[in-house]
Amino acid sequence: MSRALSVLTTLFGISLFVFFVLRVIPGDTITSSLGIETGALTPEQIDVLRAYYGIDQPLVGQYISWMTSFLSGDLGFSYSTGAAVSELTKSALLVTIELALIGTVLGVIMGISIGMFSARKPGSIRDFAGQLFGLLALAIPGFVLSTTIVTVMANRFQYFPNGYEYMSPTEDLWMNLQQMLFPGLVLGIAVAAPVMRTTRSALLETVDKDFIRTAIGKGLKPRVVRLRHVLRNSLIPIVTMTGIQFGYLLGGAVIVEKIFALPGMGRQILDAINKREYATVQSSIMVFAILFVTINLITDLVYRRVDPRIK
Amino acid sequence: MSNRRERGWVHYYFQSTSGIVGLALVVIMVALSLISAFGLAPHDPLEQNPVNALQGPNGIHWFGTDQFGRDIFARSIDGMRRSLSVAILSVSLAAFFGVLLGVIGGFFGRWIDSLVVRSSDVIFAFPAILLALAIVNSLGNSWIDTSIAIAIVYTPIFIRVARGPVLSVKEMDYVKSVRVLGFSTQRILLKHIAPNVLAPIVVQIALSLSWAILTESGLSFLGLGTQPPDASLGLMVSEAQPLAAFAWWALAFPSIFITIVVVGLNLVGDGLRDALDPARRSS
Repeated sequence: MSRALSVLTTLFGISLFVFFVLRVIPGDTITSSLGIETGALTPEQIDVLRAYYGIDQPLVGQYISWMTSFLSGDLGFSYSTGAAVSELTKSALLVTIELALIGTVLGVIMGISIGMFSARKPGSIRDFAGQLFGLLALAIPGFVLSTTIVTVMANRFQYFPNGYEYMSPTEDLWMNLQQMLFPGLVLGIAVAAPVMRTTRSALLETVDKDFIRTAIGKGLKPRVVRLRHVLRNSLIPIVTMTGIQFGYLLGGAVIVEKIFALPGMGRQILDAINKREYATVQSSIMVFAILFVTINLITDLVYRRVDPRIK
Repeated sequence: MSNRRERGWVHYYFQSTSGIVGLALVVIMVALSLISAFGLAPHDPLEQNPVNALQGPNGIHWFGTDQFGRDIFARSIDGMRRSLSVAILSVSLAAFFGVLLGVIGGFFGRWIDSLVVRSSDVIFAFPAILLALAIVNSLGNSWIDTSIAIAIVYTPIFIRVARGPVLSVKEMDYVKSVRVLGFSTQRILLKHIAPNVLAPIVVQIALSLSWAILTESGLSFLGLGTQPPDASLGLMVSEAQPLAAFAWWALAFPSIFITIVVVGLNLVGDGLRDALDPARRSS
């Protein structure tokens, strides 16, 4: 209950932030939609336009009307195409969520395997290799990795599914998965690094526990001990880390979507920023933040399930 | 006593190979940016020379040239200077305000604390790059605007890092007793609480510098922040994208620079964490 309340206050705070802080945009709706032609308008014409867009109202009134239409699902219209932002957002959200899920799955698989690979023999060459992977995966920016992949795949192998028009999973699942593979991999590598580090240290910590010694003493196969006893008891920090990373991954999606031409939320926001469609920017950022808060809430709930000790 | 402890953590820091490697990488990058800052680079980062366009690395242009014949080494170190300036300014701002708010919130509690915590929850509710992007979009593209945007994004982390220890130290007997003795709030904060939050903050500063560099280069890659013709590592990567198939050096060198400085700062952060935390010292 208190959890739900705190999520609500956070969302309220986010809406205030998006509305008031991000408003300090140079110029207002009129200058941003008409550009330099605004200079040709008479003061009367500007007043009429201001009334039309509702920006002659006091800020609080504007906030309330923005929030009311936002909550009723009306996110405004794109000036350049006239399309409803809510419709654009619906399809964009699905793209970003699919990308984030694929990235997380790939990242968790890589992170846990490399973490286990490293933890088998701490201090060995393979541990060093695993840790080097973790270090580089944290340090190489997603845009560097993406640009490199695009260059190598398109020029060396003439294979670049993202060069074609984007296909949603319902239109062409096979094409969709190919288009999601590389961006998902880039995001996955970023997730894998911290997951790998957490896995490694959690495993090393668990291995020293008495019940593991007992399990080995009982004569269980090392493989069984590793998977059923050690890994399972190390899952809590791993799940937490994955949840935290999911959020970072959504941020990374902004850049990756742009490079791989995926029509997701990140690209929608970037396009709107470039076209100075600031109502779209505002609503899309709000939607993105809600998605982010929701994911954090889900992580929290999953976390409680994985560890029954947390009530 | 305090002198001996300080010698202690420096000593522990240099026990770790990765800490030394990290520090060396950071020092090299700082030195290269200083060369650029004092105008000692072998070429002007902005000077175009179409005759020499797209040369591979050679004796004159160590990292090759870009499509306008500009020297990539000069541009890379100039971009590094810009990234480091933004990182240092933004992290200083974030650390200063974050620690101030965190300590105030943790120490005074009540509504002040809830306000601080709630506000940082709001900032935490945005992916970092997205928030920075939105703020830069509102503020403008100068390096100070970029730094302010990044500072806002990372302030809550410092709030969290500073507030936690304050909350726990505040309840400890020695702080309670100096309170009973009637010491001023300012004195308690500075003399008794500040030393306890210092170690985690130092570690956080090193890590945040690396995130700030990644955020700054991400922003300039997206076309926000540093504008052409100025050099910025992110912008250089983005400009190299269409050339990379036949001019690998245009993509490789700025990318390697970002990676090196981020690896360095992460290693320094890890090294400091181990050196400053007595429980983690292995030897």
